[in-house]
Amino acid sequence: MNDMTPTREQRTAALEGLGCKRKRVEDIRFTQGKGNYVDDVKLPGMLHGDFVRSPHAHARVKSIDDSEALKVPGVLAVITAETLKTVNLAWMPTLAGDVQMVLADGKVLFQNQEVAFVVATDRYAADDGINKVKVEYEPLPPLIDPFKAMDADAPVLREDLAGKTTGAHGPRKHHNHIFEWTVGDKELTDAAFKKAEVTIKEMISYHRTHPSPLETCQCVCSFDKIKGELTIWGTFQAPHVIRTVVALIAKLPEQKIHVISPDIGGGFGNKVGAYPGYICAAVASIVTGKPVKWVEDRIENLTATSFARDYHMTTEIAATKQGKVTGLRVHVLADHGAFDACADPSKWPAGFFNIVTGSYDFPTAHLAVDGIYTNKAPGGVAYRCSFRVTEAAYCIERAMDILAQKLGMDPAELRLKNFIRPEQFPYHSALGWEYDSGDYGTAMRKAMETVKYAELRKEQEALRAAFKRGETREIMGIGVSFFTEIVGAGPSKNCDILGIAMFDSCEIRMHPTGAGIARMGTKSQGQGHETTWAQIIATEIGIPADNIMVEEGNTDTAPYGLGTYGSRSTPVAGAAIAMAARKIKAKAQMIAAYKLEVHEDDLEWDIDGFRVKGLPEKFMSMKDICWAAYNSVPPGMEPGLEAVSYYDPPNMTYPFGAYICVMTIDVDTGVYKVRRFYALDDCGTRINPMIIEGQVHGGLTEAFAIAMGQEIRYDAEGNVVTGSFMDFFMPTAVETPHWETDFTVTPSPHHPIGAKGVGESPNVGGVPAFSNAVNDAFSFLGSTHIQMPHDFWRNWQAAKNLGVFEAA
Amino acid sequence: MIPGPFSYHRPATVADAVKLLSTLGDEARPLAGGHSLVPMMKLRLATPEHLVDLHGVAGLKGIRRDGGKVVIGAMTTQHELLASDEIAKSIPILQETALLIADPQVRYRGTIGGNIANGDPGNDMPALMMTLGATYRLEGPQGGREVAAADFYQGAYFTAIEPGELVTAISIAVPPAGHGHAYEKLKRKVGDYATAAAAVILTMSGGKVATCTVGLTNLSETPLLADAAAKAVIGTSLDPATLKKAAAAAEAIMVPAADARGPVEYRKHVGGIMVMRALQRAAAKAA
Amino acid sequence: MAKTQITMKVNGAEVEGLVEPRTLLVHFIRENLQMTGTHIGCETTHCGACTVDIDGMSVKSCTMFAVQADGSDVTTIEGMANPDGSLSALQEGFRMMHGLQCGFCTPGMIMRAQRLLKENPSPTEAEIRMGISGNICRCTGYQNIVKAIQYAAAKINGVEFREAAE
Repeated sequence: MNDMTPTREQRTAALEGLGCKRKRVEDIRFTQGKGNYVDDVKLPGMLHGDFVRSPHAHARVKSIDDSEALKVPGVLAVITAETLKTVNLAWMPTLAGDVQMVLADGKVLFQNQEVAFVVATDRYAADDGINKVKVEYEPLPPLIDPFKAMDADAPVLREDLAGKTTGAHGPRKHHNHIFEWTVGDKELTDAAFKKAEVTIKEMISYHRTHPSPLETCQCVCSFDKIKGELTIWGTFQAPHVIRTVVALIAKLPEQKIHVISPDIGGGFGNKVGAYPGYICAAVASIVTGKPVKWVEDRIENLTATSFARDYHMTTEIAATKQGKVTGLRVHVLADHGAFDACADPSKWPAGFFNIVTGSYDFPTAHLAVDGIYTNKAPGGVAYRCSFRVTEAAYCIERAMDILAQKLGMDPAELRLKNFIRPEQFPYHSALGWEYDSGDYGTAMRKAMETVKYAELRKEQEALRAAFKRGETREIMGIGVSFFTEIVGAGPSKNCDILGIAMFDSCEIRMHPTGAGIARMGTKSQGQGHETTWAQIIATEIGIPADNIMVEEGNTDTAPYGLGTYGSRSTPVAGAAIAMAARKIKAKAQMIAAYKLEVHEDDLEWDIDGFRVKGLPEKFMSMKDICWAAYNSVPPGMEPGLEAVSYYDPPNMTYPFGAYICVMTIDVDTGVYKVRRFYALDDCGTRINPMIIEGQVHGGLTEAFAIAMGQEIRYDAEGNVVTGSFMDFFMPTAVETPHWETDFTVTPSPHHPIGAKGVGESPNVGGVPAFSNAVNDAFSFLGSTHIQMPHDFWRNWQAAKNLGVFEAA
Repeated sequence: MIPGPFSYHRPATVADAVKLLSTLGDEARPLAGGHSLVPMMKLRLATPEHLVDLHGVAGLKGIRRDGGKVVIGAMTTQHELLASDEIAKSIPILQETALLIADPQVRYRGTIGGNIANGDPGNDMPALMMTLGATYRLEGPQGGREVAAADFYQGAYFTAIEPGELVTAISIAVPPAGHGHAYEKLKRKVGDYATAAAAVILTMSGGKVATCTVGLTNLSETPLLADAAAKAVIGTSLDPATLKKAAAAAEAIMVPAADARGPVEYRKHVGGIMVMRALQRAAAKAA
Repeated sequence: MAKTQITMKVNGAEVEGLVEPRTLLVHFIRENLQMTGTHIGCETTHCGACTVDIDGMSVKSCTMFAVQADGSDVTTIEGMANPDGSLSALQEGFRMMHGLQCGFCTPGMIMRAQRLLKENPSPTEAEIRMGISGNICRCTGYQNIVKAIQYAAAKINGVEFREAAE
């Protein structure tokens, strides 16, 4: 060995494997404008489709007159529900077991609902066409307030469900009722409340908001009449699921459907579901024989595709005087809009909301969720969260603060007192989950020490005294949030979508020169999979990440997977990668043994190859093994070096974190200022710390927006009043606070590399931190709970309601 | 979101522009920065058949000192206002206000003429122009005329502009040396219109307010001059009681709409707060 | 509607096209010139994804008609790499500082940042935040975009880049 021989550290570093802040592969093209997004797809003869939409929230459609539209130069066709009925596609199934109108069939049920689809030679002509379609409406009384949905005299929204007393998730108790979902032991929980020393009860609302990625939903459908094949480029977070859905509803053979998700400009849950635009573009392509593009505009995106939340959670906690929780009871009124287009695993009508016991050792709990219809856009998708987990985290974190206030205890202290203890893992929660691992106390204390929590409380006390003396008009809030997520859907025993188990997949092919390709069932929308997936492989098989190309999004080449949402990519697909890589490594070991003329068991793995135990100079690099795999494999072994893994996770993973927000509010204007935001995340093994930090920054920014103003608001007539980026709060660099990030590492015991997933944690944990800060600021004036969003005028309203201006 | 079809005209002189606007009539709209008009056209809430683009018109740009006045060409952009040494020196409140309009990209294209002429109650410059006592130069088929900013605004999107007329320049008397000024704008985020905003120009003498003008943005269908509020502070040293009195006087004339920025009561309340803060900050700046 | 012949310089090359007056500049760039790096995010002049540089100004190309750019000098993201094809300081800064995730806002951000640095070669963090406030990013929370621009400023100014302490 000479001086040029790289050290072990150099060899490890050269791999850019797990734990490396590897720079992203994707950025080379994105920084040069060479990404390939759906709207960049241009095909010869391509047509454009655009929707005529309803101005009413609830109305009967009396007639649709397309005669003037068809006279517009370039307009080729106007598709209505009547057209779609000829191919049995006027309605489509939703992921939640409901059905949804593709185009208005007899009536419209929300503002901006799709009424007709105009197909034209370009987007200008299509827009001209939609302005010429005449639709006659007979307005009906709109139902906007979810609390009135189940009144006896509430208007009937879904006439198609008349007489149906059972839905996809059991009995319906009212014409606007979708389902009731209950979990937990009611008797035991009621008993706990009966003998409780202290109880709290609060109706905690999580308002309606929207994921609103910067790229809207869009697709290009191209039907080849000769081959009978349909190719769809679309903004799909789950391309394989889309292919199966299309096969099922369009009755096309699945092998003749090619779904391609090219680069995606953010998803955040918006791009999981199937929308009328996809169906209409596909039908239009089949009818015209030409490719048809549909691109949603921003207003359409905000008002028609996939809202999130609209959960109204009546929450009760029972506890002892000393602050030990003894029971949790939650009833949720879930507003799904006009159709239940919730994107959850099929058996979970309220997603994983039963994680609502949070990070605390509740001996008993009971949960009931009532889903209802209103005249609002359909959905209920997970906006950067794992299926209603952000709702659950908000519910319990807000409730714990309310309990602390009632007990006169510090909210952080109350949390420390009730945490599930490290020795209790794996922990069985009262609502049915098995938490894999956690060390909550360590994380909470680290957060409190870093921000000097005790000093902050002292400062707050002094400021409150000064406020009461009339020396300042500023109040200060310290928001504590300790969340436990449940991600990585999911084990086939309880998770499926339309009957397909929620596994995920990876196929690795190593090439002779020591390079390779990994194909995945997931689909990045900005998470950087092309970078991080290669890092897992690099560490597993000792090939530099730079030599591994990662490919996703093409259903013809990628193995079947359930896609990217719910922070499931790392827990499920990340595991599939490791398992596929281990299959490669196992075969490589046999080849190396044969080439080094030893028994397999005499070999040991050494960073980037196999070494003969006790004979350090006898070494074969993985690169050389790749070559050998194609020319000198042991007798009886098939040549080549490839592996596929379909990974069915044994359990979910449970990332957690401690967030602290320090905020001041000017009571005269309601204007707030985030003074400090500290986020400690424990996502188990950290694959790429740079990317983790980026995910946390982004998620916190979304949480900030949601908590402080980002709302889809309807007026009493059902008009959306926040339908553009002017009114739908989308913070710029000026409003966005500075983020401090930190971490602890508690690996998942059941995941091959111990990783838990992180993308959604900051949204889940961030929202309660902001809201608790606002509520904490006002609490000394006598308030227990102020509903989100906490925008300026509502903060002012809160101050006013608390008598601040009378005192002044 | 695609605009409807229109014919495009790019005149080279004010006379040609006026001629086009008067001959084409109601179906023609002048196009300045386009940041109000083009989005409205994309929503088809505006469907002009003719657009008369003013970017090619000589003589609509530029900032010049004319004795005790500063004359600003209507097509002068917010970005140019911000870059002007003359404005920085003589009417600094214009820069303070321009910086609070929209965002950097919009300020490169957005013009002072467009901001003052389209009558949008959300625009910031109109109230400021009234506060500064500005006059607008209008050119039309019957020749030119001067209209005081205070007489220009008649309702939301209704102004004193007659058919075929064009605002060509804004003339502002330079406020006295040592004047205090402030534009206080409460908005939800960069790019938003004011929830409430107040402009103040004042002079101080011996620690007391000698002269004062107060303007209000987005608190009515038109920009407002809060005369009673201004009168209330003259001769005072802006003690808390006086500030409250001024705020109350200003609130008395506010008739904002309830919108996503907040209910009427809130917008009026913060309108009063903006008045108080602008008065205090202007006084602190005054010599 | 009659079409108009327009010519302009885009990324240093003369281009021409036949457009309706209502053709938006962003569509002319994306559809006629087939340069798809310039993106459409909001269509109401709020998000800045469509930002290009026109005659020394950062402009949202979704709110300008192509006919208005007749005779102009336009730069898009496709014209931002160094002449030898390597990443320019800003492009490199975005990559090194993880200033992008989905990449959809990135072209507009870079176009805006290059004009900002031309006008203010050593901006403070507050000036950068103000300077890019016409551009919305949904992924990064802006913090790393600020660092990316600081990185590029340092590189252009020939000084060592130091990340500000947390």
